[in-house]
Amino acid sequence: MTADVQTAPSADGGLRLRELKKRFADVEAVRGVDLDLPSGKLVSFLGPSGCGKTTLLRMIAGLERPTEGRIFLGGEDITDRPAHRRDIGMVFQTLALFPHLSVAGNIGYAMRIRGVAKEQIRRRVEELLGLVSLEGLGDRRVSQLSGGQRQRVATARALALEPRLFLLDEPLSALDANLREQLQVELRLLQQKLGITTIMVTHDQREAMTMSDLVVVMRDGRVEQVGEALDVYRRPATAFVARFVGSSNLLRGTAVASDRLRLGDHDVRVGGTALTVGAEVTVSLRPEEAHLRLDERAADGDNVLSGTVVFMRDLGELFECYVDVGLGDPVIVAGSPRERIDVRPGDRTSVAFAPDACVVVEEPS
Amino acid sequence: MSERSTPDARGWGVLAYPVAMLAVFFLGPFLIMLATSFYHRIPGGFYEPAFELDNWKRLGSDLFVDRAMFSIRVSLLAGIVGIVVAFPFTYFLTSMRRRWQVTLLVVVLSALSLSEVIIGFTWSVILGRAAGISNILVWLGLMDESEAYAPGFWAVLLGLVAIAFPYCVLAIYPSLSRLDREVTEAAQTLGASPWRTFWTVVVPVTRPTIVAGFLLVFVFTLGSYLISAILGRPEHWTLSVFISDQASFNANVPFAAAMALFLTVVSLVIVAIVLWFERRATARARGN
Repeated sequence: MTADVQTAPSADGGLRLRELKKRFADVEAVRGVDLDLPSGKLVSFLGPSGCGKTTLLRMIAGLERPTEGRIFLGGEDITDRPAHRRDIGMVFQTLALFPHLSVAGNIGYAMRIRGVAKEQIRRRVEELLGLVSLEGLGDRRVSQLSGGQRQRVATARALALEPRLFLLDEPLSALDANLREQLQVELRLLQQKLGITTIMVTHDQREAMTMSDLVVVMRDGRVEQVGEALDVYRRPATAFVARFVGSSNLLRGTAVASDRLRLGDHDVRVGGTALTVGAEVTVSLRPEEAHLRLDERAADGDNVLSGTVVFMRDLGELFECYVDVGLGDPVIVAGSPRERIDVRPGDRTSVAFAPDACVVVEEPS
Repeated sequence: MSERSTPDARGWGVLAYPVAMLAVFFLGPFLIMLATSFYHRIPGGFYEPAFELDNWKRLGSDLFVDRAMFSIRVSLLAGIVGIVVAFPFTYFLTSMRRRWQVTLLVVVLSALSLSEVIIGFTWSVILGRAAGISNILVWLGLMDESEAYAPGFWAVLLGLVAIAFPYCVLAIYPSLSRLDREVTEAAQTLGASPWRTFWTVVVPVTRPTIVAGFLLVFVFTLGSYLISAILGRPEHWTLSVFISDQASFNANVPFAAAMALFLTVVSLVIVAIVLWFERRATARARGN
C-alpha cells in the first residue's frame, strides 16, 4: 500500500523513497517501498526480524545498493552516492566503536577524516561529550566503558558533524531493559533538541511508541501501515499491525447489518466503519478496551460476550484474563488491578466492550 | 588483574607438562648446542669436549658479519613483502562468502604440504632461461631472447615470500575474519572512503596481528637455507647456508653451533625490539 503522510512536507529537507527494492541472491528483502518522511522528525521502521527494515535503513545509509528504485534527500537524488559522501550519522546495532581509539578519538574521527584543525576537534569533542553526559571521559578506552556509556559514545560520534540524517539501527538492543527505557527517553529528548531528521529501526513497539513522531510498520519487505504512533496503535489497518503493535483480540464474523457483526452465537455492534452486509469481517479489540462483568447486563449499549475463564494472570501492574467465549481463541481482557473481579479458571463470566473499541482491520486471506 | 595464588600440587602437575616439553624440545637441544659451541674442532676429524672461545671469536670475521647482515636484511625484507602481499589477499578473502573462504584457505594451506626443495626447484625452473617465463615473453614478442631471472637476489626474495605466504595468511586470517563488518561501515558513514577506512580502521585495529605475521615470516625465513641455496648465487646465500656448510661439508660442528646460537639470539633481540615498538604505538593510539 502507498503511504502518503499528510503531516509530511516532503519538499524541504525530507527523505523520499520511490519504488525501492532490494534482492539478495534469492531473497527479496525489500519489495517496493514508497515513503515520504518529514524533516526534523523521528520516524521508526517497526517490524519483526526479516521484514526488511534494516535493509531499508542500510540502503538509505548507502551501505546497500538498491536493486531498483530511487532515494531522494532534500530533493536531491542520492541513490548512487556512496555512504561516505551522504552526510549521515549512524548508530549501529553492535555500536561498532573503533576499538583502537579512545572515546575522544572515536567522537573526533569524522572531523579528523575531513581534516578539521586539532584545536577545533578538541573543542567540538568536549561539547559533544557534554551533550551526551560523558564529561571528562574523553581519555577513556572504549573497553573501559559500560554499555550505556558506549551507546552514548556511538551517538556522539554519529552526531559530530551535524549530519542531515541520523540513522539508528536497533540502537539500544544491547542494553538491559531498565537502561533501555531510560536511554529511549534521553535519545528522544536529544533528537528533539537538535531537531535532526532521524530514522530508527526497531522491533520493539514500546520503543517505537516512546520515541517516534511517525511509525512505519513493515512486513515481508513491504510497508504495512504508516501513521503517528498512537494512531497506529488505536487504529491498526491490518490484522498483522493489530497483533504486532501491542496485543490484540482478532474477532472474525459476518456482517449482518451496517453496524452489526455475527460472531458465533453472539451479535456485536461495531462503531465507526459501515459494514457491507454479508461480508466476512475481522475486528481488532485491544485487551484493555475489554472489561470483565459478573453478569450479562451491559451498560449503555456495550457488547457482551459470555464465556468461561480459562486462564488468569496477575502481573502486579495489570491483570490478564483469558475467557473462552466459543470463538476458537479465547478473548483476552486486561486491566489495572483495581478493575479486577474475583473470578477463577472455570467460572462463568462476561466480557463487555464498547462498539467503538472494535476496529475493522484488513486481513489478507 | 586476576589474583594468582601459589599453585598447589595439582597446579604444579599442570605446570610440569609444558616445562617438560620445553626442556625436551627447546632447552635440551639449546644447551647441547651451547656446549658444543665451546668444543675443540679436530681438523679433518670430528670434535672433542673442551672450553675454548675460538668459535665465538670467528663470529667477528668479515665474512660472517657480512653473511649475518645479509640474512637479516633479506629476512626483514621478506617479512615486509610477505605482509604487503598477504594482508590485502586475506582482507579480500574475509570479505568473500564463507564457502569461497574455506575453499581458498584449503588451497593456501595445501601449499604447506610442499617441501622447500620442491618450491625452490619449481621457482628455479619458472625463472630459469631454458623453460622459464621469459620464453613466454619471447613468444609474445615482448622480448628478443629468453633471460634467466634465477639465480639472483630477487629470485631468493620471491622464493622466501612464496614459502612464507601461507603462514602469513594463517597468522592474519583470524583477526581479519573477526573484524566486525559494522566497524568498517561505521567509518564509511562517518565520511571515510574505502581506502581511508582501510588505513584508519582496518590496519590499526589489526596491527598487532600484522606485527605478529611480520615476525613469523622474519624468523621463519631466517632459518630457511634451501631457497637461497637453490635460487641465489653464493653472494645471496644466507647465514643458514653458511651454517649447514660448516656443519656438513667442513665438519666444523662447534663453529656451526656458535653461528646458530648467534642467529637465535639476534632474532630474539629483533623480535623484542619490534614488540616494544608495537606496545608503545598501541599505548599512544589509545591515549589519543
